[in-house]
Formats: sequence, C-alpha cells, structure tokens
Amino acid sequence: MDLSILWYLVPSVIMFVCGVYGFITRKNMVAILISLELMLNSADLNFVIFNRFLFPGSMEGMVFTLFAIAIAAAETALAIAIIINIYRSIGSTEVTETNKLKH
Amino acid sequence: MESVGNIILYFIVAIAMVASAFMAVTSTKILRAATYLLFALISTAVFYFQLGYQFLGAVQIAVYAGGIMVLFVFSILLTHKPNEKAAPLSQHRRRTGILCSVLGAVLLLFALFEMPLINGISLSEAIGGSAMITMTDIGHAFTGTERYQYLLPFEAVSVLLLACIIGGVTIARKE
Repeated sequence: MDLSILWYLVPSVIMFVCGVYGFITRKNMVAILISLELMLNSADLNFVIFNRFLFPGSMEGMVFTLFAIAIAAAETALAIAIIINIYRSIGSTEVTETNKLKH
Repeated sequence: MESVGNIILYFIVAIAMVASAFMAVTSTKILRAATYLLFALISTAVFYFQLGYQFLGAVQIAVYAGGIMVLFVFSILLTHKPNEKAAPLSQHRRRTGILCSVLGAVLLLFALFEMPLINGISLSEAIGGSAMITMTDIGHAFTGTERYQYLLPFEAVSVLLLACIIGGVTIARKE
C-alpha cells in the first residue's frame, strides 16, 4: 500500500469543510475564529502536500506556509483584541448582539 | 512501498485530525472547541513531520499550538462565564451549514479525484527523491535576494508584525 497525494489531501478537505460548517453555524465570535483557523490550517497543509508530492526538489510550498503561519498569527492576535474590545463595550461576543454597537 | 509504521501513523493522525476538526465546530462548550482545535493543529504538525518538513512542524507547534492557542484560551476565559454553553442551533442555520459544507466537500473531492495533475508518486519516493531540507537551506531562502529567495517578503512580515503589535495595543487599550 502506498501513501499517495490523495491520502493526504482528503483529510485536509474534510478539515476545510468542517471549518466552513462552523463558520456558518456558530454565533460566538471566538468560535467563528476557531473555524477560520481550521480552514487556514487546511490551506497551509495543502501547500506543503503539493510541494512534497508534485515538486519534491524545491521548498517553495514550505516557505509560503511559513509566511502564512506568521500572517495568521498576526491576524488572530488582532481579531482577539477586537473581540475583547467588543466584549468590553456590549458585554457579549455573540455576532447577533453586535448591532448594539450602533447605539 | 511504505513502511508499516508510517501507514499506522498516517491512519492515527488522519482519524485524529478529522475527528477533532469535527468536534471543534460542533462542541457546545467553547473551551472544549478550542482544545479540539489544538488537537487538529498538532495532527497537522505530525503530518508536516511525516512529510519531511521538520522545521515547519516545529514552527506549527510553537506558533499555532503554543502562541495562538494561548491567545484563544485567554480570550475565552476573559469573555465567557465558566460552563457557559452555546445557544442551540436554529434548524435553518444548521441546514444551511450542512448544505454548504456537504456541497463543498462533494465538489472538492470530485475535483481531487478527477484532477489530471495527480501523479502516482508515493510518499517514500517523494521523500527519497529529494535532499533533506537543512536549516542552512531555510536560512538562505529567507535572507537572499536571488531567485527562490525571499528577503523582501520576510521583511514585509516583520513590518506586518510591528503593525500588528501597535494595532493590538491601540485596540485593547483602556480609554
């Protein structure tokens, strides 16, 4: 039995659609961010898998994943700062409540 | 031909990844969802190790499983009461989510299995056909300006991180 490229891409696809499901159904902002991380993570994994199986001689997929991880870390830190600030203003992190910010 | 240990490791990690990704988006307790996300991230790191990218796996564990998870746990503890459960899903929302994700999964899997790009190469052939990536290679790739070297994006990321620090301080500061 050989571990070919599809064996690695299928879990990645499932992780991505789990993220999509969470992104649509969740109402809490932190939970939405968690779903977003799942999707981002599966995209990173895809970069690495394609690099390894289709272009084994180069390492561009890995370099791009390193950049993606750095940018994801920055984005998450900012998003969490915004969520905490919203919680301080309206006392909730539900997306349905955020229209209170208008008043 | 793959070694048996590699195949067993693959199945353990793949099942753990899929299960924890599923639990991370369906668990009603938010702290548990964050913990399941941690397991999904660690499974990804194990995949990186198995694919032969040791440095990337280490970065994944240090930055994602270390840094980002701490941020998540802190923000959850700051914004949630203990044992708070998410409100039950409305039927409509759940139906939309299942529809979108199943449709997306079917489309993506169809595209994957029909893709002419897929070569029949296996993991051991792919790893055996390439030299191991050393820290010297990574250092050269990040600090050169030739082709396939990325000094400019590297510096751009450092500026981005600086902007992120300033933005985080400005947003979270008390008036």
